[in-house]
Amino acid sequence: MATQTRTMLLNVGPSHPAMHGVIRLIMELDGEKIKNVDVEIGYLHRAFEKMCETVMYAQCFPYTDRLNYVSPLINNVGFAMTVEKLLEIDIPERAKYIRVIMSEISRVTDHLTCIGATAMELGAMSVFLYMIKAREYLYELVEEITGARLTISYVRIGGVKADLTPGFTDKCFQKIADVRKVLIESDELLTRNRIFFDRMKDIGIISAQDAISHGITGPFLRSTGVAYDVRKANPYLIYDRLDFEVPVGTKGDNLDRYFVRMAEMEQSLRIIEQCFQQIPNGPIAGELTGCVIPAAQMVDRAKMGQTEDLIEDEVDLDPTLQGSTKKYSKSINTNRRDVVLPPKEETYGNIEGLMNHFKLVMYGHGIRPPIGEVYFPVEGANGELGFYIVSDGRDQPWRVRVHPPCFPIMAALPQCLIGSMMADLVPTFGSVNMIAGELDR
Amino acid sequence: MTPLQRVQEQFAKDLIETHTFRGDETLIIRPQALKAVAKFLKETAELDFNFLMDLTAVDYLFFAGGRIQKEFRFEVVYHFYSLKTNHRLRIKVPLAEDHPEVDTLTDLWPGANWYEREVWDMFGIRFKGHPNLKRILMYEQFQGHPLRKDYPFNRRQPLIGPPN
Repeated sequence: MATQTRTMLLNVGPSHPAMHGVIRLIMELDGEKIKNVDVEIGYLHRAFEKMCETVMYAQCFPYTDRLNYVSPLINNVGFAMTVEKLLEIDIPERAKYIRVIMSEISRVTDHLTCIGATAMELGAMSVFLYMIKAREYLYELVEEITGARLTISYVRIGGVKADLTPGFTDKCFQKIADVRKVLIESDELLTRNRIFFDRMKDIGIISAQDAISHGITGPFLRSTGVAYDVRKANPYLIYDRLDFEVPVGTKGDNLDRYFVRMAEMEQSLRIIEQCFQQIPNGPIAGELTGCVIPAAQMVDRAKMGQTEDLIEDEVDLDPTLQGSTKKYSKSINTNRRDVVLPPKEETYGNIEGLMNHFKLVMYGHGIRPPIGEVYFPVEGANGELGFYIVSDGRDQPWRVRVHPPCFPIMAALPQCLIGSMMADLVPTFGSVNMIAGELDR
Repeated sequence: MTPLQRVQEQFAKDLIETHTFRGDETLIIRPQALKAVAKFLKETAELDFNFLMDLTAVDYLFFAGGRIQKEFRFEVVYHFYSLKTNHRLRIKVPLAEDHPEVDTLTDLWPGANWYEREVWDMFGIRFKGHPNLKRILMYEQFQGHPLRKDYPFNRRQPLIGPPN
């Protein structure tokens, strides 16, 4: 009887334990070797770009949270800075530092998730648990400032929602020390681990040339030895005042990507520490001018028309909403009244504030940038996260385009996989750090 | 000489307009010249635009509530970046509504493949010479192109599973 050799088609996903995110890979296998891969995306498409065209500029922030949901703060910053570029706004120093601190915390959480998940898929369950524990420390910091862990909507056009809480610096330094401990621990468990090392080394190689021609950025590009980082190439916010390095690899394999991410986390922690040394002081708690009244009471008094002297008082709001009080608004928001909502004391206390408020929140009014188009890139955790906004002079963006960093990486994934073993899919896919929310938008 | 001026000089007759807004340099060129301009940007040693950072499109139907009438309905927008000179350049190609088609850049940048599929999927703009121009985010049976301005954002379509 004649024997016949045929290749086998194997479908992985869209919902598969080794796929953190919904994506479908159709592989053509020759024995255990991958001969061909077809990547199918779009399972998490939620029409981000279309929905942004139907709402006002400020209302896009909740949508941006859901792009890269592991580091939502960076998306917020990216979108806000694009609109600010369109409006030519400069924000106060303190807000810049706060944005950098929050972005870098997010970057660390993103890298922790990526490495932890990759390690778990290769059998190192304890590293995953340690790293998620460390991520939890950082989420606690994020939660304290923004009031949420994931869908934070923290950044505003022209500033941020809330100032840092008193005692945040010490708490942050404590958490950084804890995270460092976890990083050392995980490094000991992974870097000299035979199993992890053998499965990562020389797997999923991509050359610098190929990575560039695919438009890949971020840790994936840096692992091939190209030191492109938006924070260095086009410094935004206050990155030019900070001392940090851009770690690069040499070979562009999975192990290099692991090393680059580990080194980047350390650099991000360094950036946070430097920010706390340089950040200008905010208003001091307890420095009061009028009497402090609860928010509900202020609303009630305003509704009954008892607005006399209301503007002298101070509203007592939750720390995560501080930005809209008279005391904090100035130091973390720009003074452009056509962009930033007035402090709540003014909204309820006098007619100018109330009109200002409604001019910004009513449909057909709102923030109205001039006609034009801008592109602004920030360094996301996976690479260059760029927003391209076209404005037609109305309160809703005409077109919002997000350049998702893992989109080109997924397009290049077949190149990394073809020729390697079926089992190598897992570490290679893990090192891509695909975030379906950002990929499919 | 800036990259913008270099292209201006080289392709004077294919140029429709140039502008710089908020520091973003933009060239608007005729669709026939796209490939030549892209090749020039990539292969001229002192320009060296090795990254095709982003590729997208914009639909200008009823722009600014119909107050501004654009000659062409679509614009395909390319963002180039040069690692060597740290320069960014935006190139826009206007396309008419009745025949939206432009040359593909997949042979110059393989990364253009998926971006062009996405533009086809979302706007219905064809890319001449593309090796695999099919939908990427939406499913094959989807009717219409959702990011076109005449596609209502709340239109529902039946979800069709893959053939079993």
